[in-house]
Amino acid sequence: MNLISGIPVPYYLSLAGIMFTIGMFGVLLRRNAVVIFMSVELMLNAVNLVFITFSKSTAQVGGEVIVFFVMAIAAAEAAIGLAIVIAIHRQKKTVHVDEMNLLKW
Amino acid sequence: MLELFPLIILLPLLGAFINGLFYRKMPNLVAAWIGNLAVAIPFFITLGSLFAYHPMENTVPHLFTLFEWIHVGNFQVDFAYQVDQLSLYMTLIITGIGSLIHLYSVGYMHGEEGFNRFFVYLNLFIFSMLNLVLGDNLVLMFLGWEGVGLCSYLLIGFDYHKDSAANAGMKAFITNRIGDVGFAVGIFLTYWYVGSVRYVDLINALPYALPYKEIINWVALAFFIGAIGKSAQIPLYVWLPDAMAGPTPVSALIHAATMVTAGVFMIARLNPIFYATTWASDYIAITGAVTALFAATIGLQQTDIKKVLAYSTVSQLGYMFLAMGVGAYTAGMFHLMTHAFFKALMFLGSGSVIHAMHHEQDMRNMGNLKNYMKITWITFMIGTLAIAGIPPFSGFFSKDLILEKAYSHHGIGPILWGIGIAGAFTTAFYMFRLVFLTFYGEERIDVHVKKHLHESPWQITVPLVLLAVGAAFAGFLQVPHILGGGVHILEDFFKPVFEQSLKVADSWGITKEPHVISESTEWILLLISVGVAGLGIFLSYNIFQVKKTVPPKDEEFQGMAKVLYNKYYVDEIYDSTIIQPVMQISDALAEDVDQKIIDGSVLGIGRFFSGLSSYLRKLQTGIVGDYALYIVLGAIVVVFFLFYKGA
Repeated sequence: MNLISGIPVPYYLSLAGIMFTIGMFGVLLRRNAVVIFMSVELMLNAVNLVFITFSKSTAQVGGEVIVFFVMAIAAAEAAIGLAIVIAIHRQKKTVHVDEMNLLKW
Repeated sequence: MLELFPLIILLPLLGAFINGLFYRKMPNLVAAWIGNLAVAIPFFITLGSLFAYHPMENTVPHLFTLFEWIHVGNFQVDFAYQVDQLSLYMTLIITGIGSLIHLYSVGYMHGEEGFNRFFVYLNLFIFSMLNLVLGDNLVLMFLGWEGVGLCSYLLIGFDYHKDSAANAGMKAFITNRIGDVGFAVGIFLTYWYVGSVRYVDLINALPYALPYKEIINWVALAFFIGAIGKSAQIPLYVWLPDAMAGPTPVSALIHAATMVTAGVFMIARLNPIFYATTWASDYIAITGAVTALFAATIGLQQTDIKKVLAYSTVSQLGYMFLAMGVGAYTAGMFHLMTHAFFKALMFLGSGSVIHAMHHEQDMRNMGNLKNYMKITWITFMIGTLAIAGIPPFSGFFSKDLILEKAYSHHGIGPILWGIGIAGAFTTAFYMFRLVFLTFYGEERIDVHVKKHLHESPWQITVPLVLLAVGAAFAGFLQVPHILGGGVHILEDFFKPVFEQSLKVADSWGITKEPHVISESTEWILLLISVGVAGLGIFLSYNIFQVKKTVPPKDEEFQGMAKVLYNKYYVDEIYDSTIIQPVMQISDALAEDVDQKIIDGSVLGIGRFFSGLSSYLRKLQTGIVGDYALYIVLGAIVVVFFLFYKGA
């Protein structure tokens, strides 16, 4: 079996799957925008973990490169996302997503 | 001079363009100068070209191309022009009489609203008409044909704020469309069988056309339907009398001298087709003869001075078609020219009267105008003598030639001649009725009008005098040999145009050999035609000069006079048999088919989907969390799909 630092690959993948699922349910079930935001970050990092795992196990550097891109974009997205959350808070005095129901015509 | 020829076509367009762009700001004087020069210069170039072309010896048309127009496969149409005897002749008439009428319009339209606009239309008309006569192919002729139709519509409806003028314009336009369908079908058929729409190819293809002898008749008829519409023959003549709603110079230029003769010109231009017909030309002759008499009888009871002239135009065009039908192309073209002179002259004369009388057109309110308008009176008199066929005025020579050719035509010739003679008698009668009612007899003029009654300004009288000279002397181009000398300048002039077709028709043995008529018969024919004209004038003199009869009020016409005054009720018949049914069908189509079936199905489809959407819309809650859930569900679906597809 393929090992990375002495740990088998499926362990890494299972961890990533658990992290992704936690993040996904966080996005779906939580109502606080900041927490949803954190959950999104968790999902991104779960994906990053998958990339790194396969990069190591197949000895190809491409996965690591993509991870850098994802991190850079996540940083940018965090900046914009937080700015939006702050703007909404100023407008509505709340960050509760159920209060944000204007996305329809 | 021939290399300047493109200018003849381009200058009127340029004039229309400049005046058309700036007519709101342009001073009237400048617009008038531009309009006049844009026609007068081409006239002098045409004159020069006529001599440079040596029409009496030259038998080859001068062809030149301005630019390529349509090239699709084997179908090639260019803005290309053909200068030969026939097109030069027409161009001379159009630009010559056209410039006189432009000059006249300066005086006539003086102070009218839309003075500049008027010259835009006139120049555009000249441009279209020149394309019609000079083009070297049928498509370019059709372009001109439609162009003159458009200008005619614009100019009839020049006073568009008046309902009568706007409606008359529409009537002319729609009636002409019916004829144009025939013309278009003729072009299609020509291309189908010849593979080209150029006249040169048409003539060259003629020798090989013997197997298609029957079809040629139908092609000719299709073209003739076009001519019927444009040249106001039975049954499509009804638009021309109404077209008199336009300003009088328009009536003179478009509805007397040039545009309405386009049908006659077309037959002459397409002589390869019409010479080769076996039976179609007889229909043309019959239509012409019947129209000549029919329109003349309507003219007997009209009271509007311009309406009389309009019906006489229809009638004279009938004579031209009679000539074309019996194969006397030179005679037809001859009458076209003399008619252009005397009819333009009389229309301009009537315009001078109307101008002086402050837009009074009813002859019942005129009389004794000879004391007030000497020049108008004398020139009008010359025109009337010419149309009545009194020697030595021009109309005598051309009409006599037509009647002689009709008489010597095989088969129905003498009948055609009889109808023509009856028409000539009627013509002389109603034209002199017009003269006596207008210029002689008691004064029935409104007192307010009388105070201002005066001869018209020089812009009006100069064209009158020049046209009168033409109307008086143009006939000497073709004098019958029994009257000494035997001048046949026109016959020699046109010979190269018709020669080739005639030769082919001869070789097929379908030329209708005219009866040879002896000199004594010719004398008798001539004396009869002058005699009936004299009789018509004498009767007219008796009734309107000696007995001083004046047409009654509108509602007091009795018996036959009432039928004639109401133009045989043709408009009413057309209205009830064609126009009303068409309107009713259109209404039914609009209400039932369009609104119920078409709109119903289109709107129904829309309503179905908007109904469906009202269910889907419930998914769109606006809550961000719901949307996130949809994204996740969508992603799961995609993942599962990829798994199964991959497996």
